[in-house]
Amino acid sequence: MTTESIATKQIKKEKLTQRIPQVYYFLVIITVLGITLDQIFANGNILSSPTILLNILIRSVALGIVAVGQTFVMIGASIDLSVAYTISLTSVMTSLIMQGDPSRVPMAIGIVLLIGAFVGLINGLLITKLNVNAFIATLGTGLVIKGFLNGTFTNWSGSVPRSFQALGYDKLGPIPLSLFLLAGVVLIGWVILSWTKFGAHLYAVGGSVQIGRLSGLRTDRVIIIAHVICSITAVLSGLFIVSRLGSGAPWVGPDGVYDLESIATTVIGGTALSGGRGGVLGTLAGVLIFGVIDTVFNQLGIDTFLKTVLRGAIIILAVASYSIRSKREAA
Amino acid sequence: MSTIVNNPPAEQGTRQLKLFWNWIKKIPPVYPIFLAVAIGVSQLNPNFASTAGILAFLRRSSPLAILAMGQLFVLASGGFDLSQGSLVTLTIIGSSLIIYNNDEYTYISILIMMGMGILVGLVNGFVVSYLKVPSLIATLGMLLLLKGGGLFWTGGAPKGYLSENYRYFGRGYIENVPYFGRFPMAVIIFIAVGLILMIIFHKTNLGKQILAIGDNPQAARLSGVKVKQVRMIAFVISAIATVIAGIMIGGYGGTSMEAGEGLEMQSVSAAVIGGALLLGGKGSVPNVAFGALTLDAIVSLLNLLGLPKPYRDAVQGLIIIGAVAYAAITSRKRE
Amino acid sequence: MGQDKKNEMTPLMETKEITKKFPGVKALDNVSVTFYPGEVHAVVGENGAGKSTLMKVMAGAYKPDRGSILFQGEKVSFNHPVEAQQMGISIIYQEFNLLPERTVAHNIFLGREPSKFGFVNLHRLNKQANDLLIEIGVENMMTPTALVSSLSVAEQQLLEIAKAVSLDAKVLIMDEPTASLTRTEVKLLSDLISRLKAKGLAIIFISHRLSEVFDVADKITVLKDGQHVGTVKTGDVSTEDIVYMMVGRVLDHYFPPLGSLDDFGEVVLRVKGGSNDSLNNINLELRRGEVLGIAGLQGSGRTELAEALFGAIPFKSGSVELKGKPVLIKNPNRAISEKLGFVTEDRKSEGLLLMQPIYDNMLLAIRSLQNLFTFVYPDGIRQYRKLVPELGKQVDVRVDSYAKEVQDLSGGNQQKVVLSKWLASKAEIFIFDEPTRGIDVEAKARIHDIIRGLTKQGVAVLMVSSELPEIIGMSDRILVMHDGTIGGELPADSSETDIMMVATGQKLADSKSGSY
Repeated sequence: MTTESIATKQIKKEKLTQRIPQVYYFLVIITVLGITLDQIFANGNILSSPTILLNILIRSVALGIVAVGQTFVMIGASIDLSVAYTISLTSVMTSLIMQGDPSRVPMAIGIVLLIGAFVGLINGLLITKLNVNAFIATLGTGLVIKGFLNGTFTNWSGSVPRSFQALGYDKLGPIPLSLFLLAGVVLIGWVILSWTKFGAHLYAVGGSVQIGRLSGLRTDRVIIIAHVICSITAVLSGLFIVSRLGSGAPWVGPDGVYDLESIATTVIGGTALSGGRGGVLGTLAGVLIFGVIDTVFNQLGIDTFLKTVLRGAIIILAVASYSIRSKREAA
Repeated sequence: MSTIVNNPPAEQGTRQLKLFWNWIKKIPPVYPIFLAVAIGVSQLNPNFASTAGILAFLRRSSPLAILAMGQLFVLASGGFDLSQGSLVTLTIIGSSLIIYNNDEYTYISILIMMGMGILVGLVNGFVVSYLKVPSLIATLGMLLLLKGGGLFWTGGAPKGYLSENYRYFGRGYIENVPYFGRFPMAVIIFIAVGLILMIIFHKTNLGKQILAIGDNPQAARLSGVKVKQVRMIAFVISAIATVIAGIMIGGYGGTSMEAGEGLEMQSVSAAVIGGALLLGGKGSVPNVAFGALTLDAIVSLLNLLGLPKPYRDAVQGLIIIGAVAYAAITSRKRE
Repeated sequence: MGQDKKNEMTPLMETKEITKKFPGVKALDNVSVTFYPGEVHAVVGENGAGKSTLMKVMAGAYKPDRGSILFQGEKVSFNHPVEAQQMGISIIYQEFNLLPERTVAHNIFLGREPSKFGFVNLHRLNKQANDLLIEIGVENMMTPTALVSSLSVAEQQLLEIAKAVSLDAKVLIMDEPTASLTRTEVKLLSDLISRLKAKGLAIIFISHRLSEVFDVADKITVLKDGQHVGTVKTGDVSTEDIVYMMVGRVLDHYFPPLGSLDDFGEVVLRVKGGSNDSLNNINLELRRGEVLGIAGLQGSGRTELAEALFGAIPFKSGSVELKGKPVLIKNPNRAISEKLGFVTEDRKSEGLLLMQPIYDNMLLAIRSLQNLFTFVYPDGIRQYRKLVPELGKQVDVRVDSYAKEVQDLSGGNQQKVVLSKWLASKAEIFIFDEPTRGIDVEAKARIHDIIRGLTKQGVAVLMVSSELPEIIGMSDRILVMHDGTIGGELPADSSETDIMMVATGQKLADSKSGSY
């Protein structure tokens, strides 16, 4: 039937142009700009040296993994401020349990994943059952974890066996293993969001809890699962970090500003604070943008501190450019 | 036409009791909580209940109370100010750099920092009102801007020193005060700033309009409130309060890169404990100040109970969650 | 109930003696209507007649206080709209229940996505959606993968219908389906409705546009003041009959006498050619001491007119003169400084600060005009300590303390507080939008007295209302709006029928239409 083929043709056309999130154009621009600046003002190494490119990617792994989790909760119109401390907790627990013994690696991984899931569960329950504002609830749990960590550990604890450090350092051919981890997490995140029932329901609940309820969705469950996923990605991020550092410490999470940056990269990647739209691919671009900026600044010898300043400015401007279009009254 | 509903005749005694009970119900929870904690502390440390002990406690907690009162202005307007902590840090390290142990630069540095604070508040307000960025993100961005700016300015480590004159505000005493003996300057500043902010918030048009915006921005606008401008002023007030608190913290604790770390979270928590609504439209300056005192009192209590310092964060987290959950459960549902 | 002995079919759905009360108002009073399958059944009546309430009761959004609902002969009771939906009763509201950031297919099958082991079969999802679109004949208008935000209002409506059909709806209820549609789109919709009717669905819709009702509906039910006036077959009646059934009632209270010529002063507000996105070529004059009633049906632009005059959503072209002086009112603050006041349609979301005490609400407008650092006192602004109780007396607010939070007041008292806000700011031109909506009879009367009292003091009043008795009882002149412009002007003693005719787009032989 002619109508059917017109429809299918249109479906195919939409698939291509709609799929690429806007932020990727921004990423391309930033990259081109960066490379140009590098050529003009610095050694021009970016293009010629693969190490530098790799460094961008590796820097992005830790942030990227947890940002994927943050994307999940933000699509659900929630937020998670406890990720940085979950990361710290993971790093400390991992190295403590492993104690340098390769045979204990699987057990350690299992335990920290459970801890992470538990943290996410608590967050989700506080938000859905006790109706605590997500900002406050996750801030609170983060502080509880922080307190526990700072109180119990004052320094590096335990250590991670060489075999586990493979995650952080080894390569498969020319590509570091950690990149596979990142790619895997992004891929799984993408699959869940785009292809599963849960993903579809998460978007719905984030867009409008009422519509979700009217369609018979179990809105509380959806949010709780999103928070569990987020905390688990924080755990994975922590595992990666501890594999590179060799040991864990309480300041690992906050030092990397993973909470604020995961939120920022998610928003820049096109996920709205108000929920209902966005995706991990956009977030990945946001993470890469920060990675590129970092590297370019390094190449140009720009003060690391100025970097922080520019980061703040970029976050504000990027969100402003999304928000200006909408007519909502912000607060 | 009568506008007063006539009360049915009732026994004198029960009516008095009922009025008393109604009055009790209206007392904001923060006061009894503070009282309970304070009593607990003084049991463990009898010095606490003495005049000197109370003054020492107030001296320590004044900066947080000022921060919380400033934060209230933004919270009441329906937003968040997450840039307080890094502004405090910037104030301290900036002042250090400017003064560099030259006494005569004390007041200039204070002036400059005030100007900087006003600028920060204006930018925050502008970004939220005109660029329509949610205040959570806007002040978060500002947090990074200030953090980076501070680091950049000092090159990563604090340089310079704060003069004695500067440190006087946070650390010094007024001598020969009748009855008290020495009275901490910090407490005087706290009282002065507190009074000014209280008057502004509760007794001026500005305070009322801020509450209006937080309660219902649409109705406020349709009643002629200049929503954008008023919101900007709220951010400016918060920033100025932050700078003042920063001067006091620098005076008390000296220069450090971590001076302001996490303070914005504490001030939001203090405000919540003091009964401010996170979504705006309700709050009280004195209650919020007491919220800060309560927070600090709880910390003291925990210290005295032998809980190591870092666990205070854990307890603080639980308190915040508890306070908000309590508020959520007991609050009325608005349409 | 007097059963029509229809041998053709059995009723699909019936409401029996449904009564539903809200604080201060009886929305439905003993309403019994029968709906048959394969029929298009329109429910008409003025605003507040109870149409929406009835639909919501049928769809499970409200529970009736008394009476019962029968579906396919069995008594049913719903605790949640989802239950009604599962039974086959679907309702489409004017504000759609769609997720704009999701695709057509996802919206249709939300919660019922074809899946295996938790994975959605996207291909099947889209194909099912496409099949559905074909089934109702709209496959050319949207693709399953299109984002809802990219669809026009009409297309979104069709999508909502598709959703209902996919839920195997046997009864499809639509609230003002054509309110935002163009003529061609209306045709599309009615074609679809015919197709659905042929499948045996019972289609029930609320509409104000009588010409469309007559085009599409088989039966018309008229509600008035929450009561069932009658149900007729479309072929048996004329538009006038229906309009007559919709209006004409016993007044529940008497309005204050209208103004006389002596009361009317000079023109204080004049609009020429005012237009914006929702309004078109507005021309009007407002005189001191008069009440100018603005009538019209939902969607005719009445509220938009009020908002434009007050600067909330200003005119984009045309001119506005206040007391002969051209002014540009681009925001409410400006309007207030020019002595305008606006009592909005929805006091809770636009007129009141619910968490604040009464006195702060009363003084809000005055304060907006004053310096930010002026001192305020709880019971008034400086030098005006007695102001609040005085205001309270003027509007007859019945409370024992002005410190009470406004959200604790009754609807009537709340509206009085809103009114007092503009009395405080000494507005000379009052714009009312539904001044007595949702208010009990006693408070209504009081507010009407206050309005007339204002005009006696020289205030000019522009009053938008969908309650015809109020328009007729209060207006010295009546402008009837239709489709974003002024359809005509009617004198004070016009009948409800006349007003309705102009409002529904019919022309009266002797009405002045359009410009001066």
